[in-house]
Amino acid sequence: MGVILSVENIVKIYPNGVIANRGVSVEVEENTIHAIVGENGAGKTTLMKVIFGIEKPQEGKIYYKGKEIHIRNPLDAIKIGIGMVHQHLMLAPDLTVSENLVLGSEPLKGKFFLDTQKAIEITKEVSKNYGLDVPAEKKIKDLPIGIKQRVEILKALFRNAELLILDEPTSVLTPQETEVLFKTLKELKKHGKTIIFISHKLKEVKEIADKVTVMRDGKVVATKDAKDLTEHDIAYLMVGREISFERIPPPKRIGEPLLTVRNLSYVNEESVEVLKNISFEVRAGEILGIAGVEGNGQTELVEILTGLREATTGEVLIKGENILGLSPRKIREKKVSHIPEDRMKNGVADKATLEENFIVDRYYKSPFSKGAKLDWKYIQDYSNKLIKDFNVLASSPKATVSSLSGGNIQKVVVARELSSNPMVLIADQPTRGIDVGSEELVHNLLMKARDEGSAVFLVSADLDEVLKLSTRIVVIYNGEIVARFNEVDGLTGKDLGPYMLGIKREE
Amino acid sequence: MEKFVLKYFNLIRTIIAIAIGIIISIFVIYVISKNPGFSLKSFLLGPFLSKSRFGNLIETASPIIFCGLAISIPFQAEQFNIGAEGALFIGAAIGTAFAVSTNMPMIIHIPLVLLVAGLVGAFWGFIPGILKAKWNASELVASLMLNYVAYFLGLYIINYHFRDKAAGYLVSYQLPKTAWLSQFVPGTRIHWGIVIAFIFAILVYFFLYHTTLGYEIRMTGFNIHFSRYGGINVFKVIIISQVIGGFIAGIAGMTEVMGIHRRFNWQMSPGYGWDGVVVAIIGRNHPISIIFASLFLAYLRVGGQVLNLLSDIPSEMVTVIEAIIILLITAEAFLEQWRYRITIKEAERKEVEHEPAS
Amino acid sequence: MNPLLKSIISPDFGFAILRVMTPILYPAIGVAISALAGSINIALEGIMLVSAFTGVMVSAFTGNLFLALIMGILAGVGLSALLGYFHLKLRANIILAAIALNMFASGMTIFLLYIFAHDKGTSSSLKSLVFPSYQIPVIKDIPILGRIISGHNILTYFALVSVIIFYYIIYKTPLGLRIRAVGQNPDAAESVGVDVNKIKMYSLLLSGVFGALGGLYLSMGYVSWFSRDMTAGRGFIAIAASALGGNLPLGTFLGSLLFGIVNALAIYLASLEIPSEFIQMIPYITTIIALTIYSIQAMAKAKRRKKISEESTT
Repeated sequence: MGVILSVENIVKIYPNGVIANRGVSVEVEENTIHAIVGENGAGKTTLMKVIFGIEKPQEGKIYYKGKEIHIRNPLDAIKIGIGMVHQHLMLAPDLTVSENLVLGSEPLKGKFFLDTQKAIEITKEVSKNYGLDVPAEKKIKDLPIGIKQRVEILKALFRNAELLILDEPTSVLTPQETEVLFKTLKELKKHGKTIIFISHKLKEVKEIADKVTVMRDGKVVATKDAKDLTEHDIAYLMVGREISFERIPPPKRIGEPLLTVRNLSYVNEESVEVLKNISFEVRAGEILGIAGVEGNGQTELVEILTGLREATTGEVLIKGENILGLSPRKIREKKVSHIPEDRMKNGVADKATLEENFIVDRYYKSPFSKGAKLDWKYIQDYSNKLIKDFNVLASSPKATVSSLSGGNIQKVVVARELSSNPMVLIADQPTRGIDVGSEELVHNLLMKARDEGSAVFLVSADLDEVLKLSTRIVVIYNGEIVARFNEVDGLTGKDLGPYMLGIKREE
Repeated sequence: MEKFVLKYFNLIRTIIAIAIGIIISIFVIYVISKNPGFSLKSFLLGPFLSKSRFGNLIETASPIIFCGLAISIPFQAEQFNIGAEGALFIGAAIGTAFAVSTNMPMIIHIPLVLLVAGLVGAFWGFIPGILKAKWNASELVASLMLNYVAYFLGLYIINYHFRDKAAGYLVSYQLPKTAWLSQFVPGTRIHWGIVIAFIFAILVYFFLYHTTLGYEIRMTGFNIHFSRYGGINVFKVIIISQVIGGFIAGIAGMTEVMGIHRRFNWQMSPGYGWDGVVVAIIGRNHPISIIFASLFLAYLRVGGQVLNLLSDIPSEMVTVIEAIIILLITAEAFLEQWRYRITIKEAERKEVEHEPAS
Repeated sequence: MNPLLKSIISPDFGFAILRVMTPILYPAIGVAISALAGSINIALEGIMLVSAFTGVMVSAFTGNLFLALIMGILAGVGLSALLGYFHLKLRANIILAAIALNMFASGMTIFLLYIFAHDKGTSSSLKSLVFPSYQIPVIKDIPILGRIISGHNILTYFALVSVIIFYYIIYKTPLGLRIRAVGQNPDAAESVGVDVNKIKMYSLLLSGVFGALGGLYLSMGYVSWFSRDMTAGRGFIAIAASALGGNLPLGTFLGSLLFGIVNALAIYLASLEIPSEFIQMIPYITTIIALTIYSIQAMAKAKRRKKISEESTT
């Protein structure tokens, strides 16, 4: 069997300056299941987007079946025989399975009419060919997600995809559905298909893949046969690195637990158990880091803690008081601050000014306002102070946030959340996408908050960050706490990796 | 030069759109009119050439300013409530009913009548507000439907219960003199309503930019996720922004009745609510810009009327020009290429500035 | 029997309903098609106006009914194309652009009316044509049904046929499938290479065709002249009618029928002391109620799914 897809020296730089792929070269052999693994930000999704024509690389070549190809858009990729199943399924909910399947390549009756009967037949045929059972006449919105995903796969197969790319396919599936998917993939291999499978769940990778490519920091670290690697090997390749940072000085004084989470569970609208019986506590004066690859429930956990989402069962106590069911404002009034994961969506209103962004959690309190009247003079002075203290590079407090760089926008968010002297600080991916200098500053500020007695809950996919800052660490995988480390000194990614990637768990 | 353009880009775009509109009207006049020079003069200068014409400009602007303000408040919260037309109609109808049935000294009567009209309008804004806040029902469709309900309900109330049978047509009883807004510029019909409109514009400015509630409304409009995350009660904001809009619209209708007609004599919906949408768009929801936009719209209207009267060109040309101007303003990508090129040039210039001399 | 009741139950009333319903059904289909593609066209009011005007003018000046039909449709489609251009290419907000185009149509038609007919009110000074009405051979002799169904203008019959055409386009053609897909999930359409903007433009053009027919009926069937703003808000009523019917063929028809009944009733009641205003309010209030119920249901469905999943974990 030869090489079906070969990418050579792919370089992709996003407009904001982030170098997602720094000269990536990979060969995918025909009729194999080839897994691409790596942490968030390693560049795997970007690589797939380049192959499928969603993004254009600055440099590099792509060869398909030995010939160089130029893919300008997904349609080109589809024509060549590459199909992609995205993480967020692209199906029309009110149309049936067969309608979704034939969309864009509809079978015709005569010249103008849709042959719905033929569409159903085609669906049944493709379905039978590959052993993928789908109810051709049911509407997508009435199907469970495992079946929906199968429809997506069939969509690609119907268009004669020989190379199938699946982006984190198991992140939305229950364990049972995952097993079914794997059976499917093995079937497809028997039919001569080649599959590229992006994942960070190493157990699954070991179970299904023939070859593994490990990416880190935009480069390929290794491509090997799966049988030659243990899960630990893969984990080390993924996260092992020279320790390039120094841990911050230990906390001075640790007090009582200010944030207590007990038996917290959350089942989402697709009936997936996102959080399973989570319990932990964060004490005054310490930083509890929660390590985990994104997508293991952290987002939902933070939303529940900050009142932006309803939990299913369990308790969340701030200094002993249960806050589940309280509004975001009431939770903030209990002196809880939140640096959000998505700063553009939640953290700022980018068309508003810095001043307006600084006061969203306190505009209604004196001295920012007296009664109903805002005191802009005070707000301006206050904003200037924040700009200075937090080193925000802006022309004036009346500049709009959109004129700032990513790092400075994050500083605005951090400035606001820290300046209220919170009792509990939830920092979710606090240094994502910002420059090194700003990162340093944010880390120092988190340490300062800790030393002033706050209980800091740090959620981060950046292992270095977690290891550098945390007093204690818990690891989350698949919605469960799978490890707790009360001593962080001397820990490395090699220790945390296996837990983060589902290979090991504490009993 | 580029920096200036970038900073005031939206304003410049608006001015260019208006200029294009004016140029088109000049062109049309030249093509159609048998006496283009005279027609042009009537159109462009007409509103200023006599006291009563200028008065027309001011009186026409009055309800438009009100409705522009009324629409701008829900628009600032990203609520597409276009119910000002209905709110002003039903507010005026019930306000008239109240004015005609009560007797009190002017100093109480006037504010009370206005208050009644405002409260009715507020209720009209409340309905789409709560439907949106609670059940995410389209406030656009709901407010549009309510415009019709208001129209029929208002007509019913006036035609069946307050109709002045002595008068020739379908109109209400005349308002008692204690409920009249007097016209204080002789030779014109300019009434105190315009003063109230200006006062409201200032109040709305103050409200939107200097109060906590105004802040909540604007932030919700900027980014509803941010507002929720920050603790703002978005449910309340969705409702209140539409209630306040309705209140102002109710007053708008009533001032027209009290200042110009002195009775409810609308058998068709006057259309100020739609004008309000137009000036809110042109003025980008800012109260002071809305005043200018309304004066400009009124200027165009009166100019069109003079044109119509004195020359051979129908006033509807103005409507067409207005429409073109709005289309250009609402097209975000209008002149976008230009802005993009200037942005690149600016960025390059900044690069050069920061390069060390070597 | 109460004379009013008698006249309502009469076949003439049935006839009136179909007549009145026609200029509501056409634009309602137009709104529905555009809504299904996710870019709702609220400029049907203006589209009907320009078509009504164009039909009258062309027929008056050329004496050719067919040409009037074609030009009228082109006028309507042209205005839709403008809407599509400004919204899809120049990224204007579709609601605001439609409001502007409605204004444009109103002003432009009156302006041109004055230029060509020297009258700002109606075009009755011009000799414009009308579309023919037909008595259907066998049906016209059926006792009650005959008087209701036979004798209508050809455009009324075509309006009923249009509902079926609408159904066929949406459910039985590839274009219809793509329109629905684009309206439900544009990403899904793009992922298979469907050009979302092109499909939206097609849906707008189609809505222009149906709106144009509605306008042509008004000025060349319902009455035989063009008068200023003669659409009288029917373009907006159409929004309610199709919203009431969930933007689907049968629902749009029933919604338009409801408005047709109510408007016909109002005409009858106007001759009596009963306030027609109350009757006329009904469809609008009904739409608000329907909209609310629909939204409550949508919310409840989401909650129900969550509840079931909660129960399965305890």
